[in-house]
Amino acid sequence: MTERQTMHTHPLKLVTVIAEPVLEGRLTSELRQLGATGWTVVEGRGEGSRGIHAAEIPGVNIRVETIVAADVAERIVQHLATHYFAEYEVIAYMSDVAVVRGDKYTTRSPEKR
Amino acid sequence: MFETLQANLLSPIPLAFALGVLTRLMKSEFSLPKDLYTSLSIYLLFALGLKGGVELSHSTFAAIAKPAGATLFLGVLTPLIAFGVLRWLGRFSSADSAGIAAHYGSVSAVTFIAAQQFVQRVGAPAEGFMPTLLTLLESPGIHIALGIGAVQRARTLGASGDGSGSSVWHVLHEVLTGRTMILLVGGLIVGFLMGEPGWKAVNPFFDSGFKGALMLFLLEMGIVAGSRLGDLTKVGPFLLGFGILLPIVHGAIGVTLGHWAGLSVGGATVLGTMAASASYIAAPPAVRLTLPEANPTFSLTASLAITFPFNILVGIPLYYRMAQAMA
Repeated sequence: MTERQTMHTHPLKLVTVIAEPVLEGRLTSELRQLGATGWTVVEGRGEGSRGIHAAEIPGVNIRVETIVAADVAERIVQHLATHYFAEYEVIAYMSDVAVVRGDKYTTRSPEKR
Repeated sequence: MFETLQANLLSPIPLAFALGVLTRLMKSEFSLPKDLYTSLSIYLLFALGLKGGVELSHSTFAAIAKPAGATLFLGVLTPLIAFGVLRWLGRFSSADSAGIAAHYGSVSAVTFIAAQQFVQRVGAPAEGFMPTLLTLLESPGIHIALGIGAVQRARTLGASGDGSGSSVWHVLHEVLTGRTMILLVGGLIVGFLMGEPGWKAVNPFFDSGFKGALMLFLLEMGIVAGSRLGDLTKVGPFLLGFGILLPIVHGAIGVTLGHWAGLSVGGATVLGTMAASASYIAAPPAVRLTLPEANPTFSLTASLAITFPFNILVGIPLYYRMAQAMA
């Protein structure tokens, strides 16, 4: 118990993007450009406001998760809003998370790639 | 014609397909596991490439040159016809027209295999280099249609264009390095290099199982097409007619060009079928990425639920009769 209390955590943002599978390659490379240092992609099923068949192309949806600093999270969501929301089935949201080893998620600067 | 048709309907491919459709009509939950479906398509495409490569090693350049030219010409012509018909007769938006045209300009490998099996069964086998022609037809149609769409899109977006030029290159790369192209082109090269002795060694696996695997694959195709039948009411009567009449027009052009290029009756039938078929594997993601405002329901329903079954059931025998009439 005492160990847990002394463990130092950093507040960061978890950005979750749910998107059509065809977008995976494009999204992940853009996340990197926007400053994310890593991400996880999982496949899943679901239904949204545009209905289950809106994407139509055989295949499941993807959920991309990345933990980033607050300013990067803002940039990502802003980018998605400009380039995706109108034409693709993409939703995104961010939530507060506390992580250990905070610099792991923030050390790579967007310029360095 | 009626006898040819009847013989075709009672052959393995249409029957397996019909069973798949029936499965969906009975509202059964059954479908092939996604990974098996993918594995089967890998097997079929690679086997097709290998066999085609071995046959190619027996062919002379002179024999292939004219049919290859005819195929490339078809690759340019068919998306333009499809786009024109959809845009000006069907009054579809330019994005929808280009999106659907990309599907009809490209080719369906399974329809191609079905045509090959058909001409073999009726005793008029096609030339061994047909799979080589298949690879030539896969990509130009998609890119010409997407090119038209991208130009129209840039025009409507005006100077504020979002650099979709780079995404066209991205899509070109994606189609050329997709599963179909890697397996077909790779298979052709490997088959060509290993020749007859190599083929003998792998023949038990790649040849003996081929028709059985094809039946399983067609079963799943039937299920996929069956689950789209409900969308038929959404796409309207024009697209319904388009999905049947355009393949007949493209098929007739393909058969004629094949005949002029010196192909046998079987070869001209297969080339006609290639021209008449619509892609549903390579084209959809390419269209989705480049022309996001095109409605995928139109293109997928037309190619999968209308044109694919039409070709498998009625189209191939019809193109065969056309080829016979010309010979």
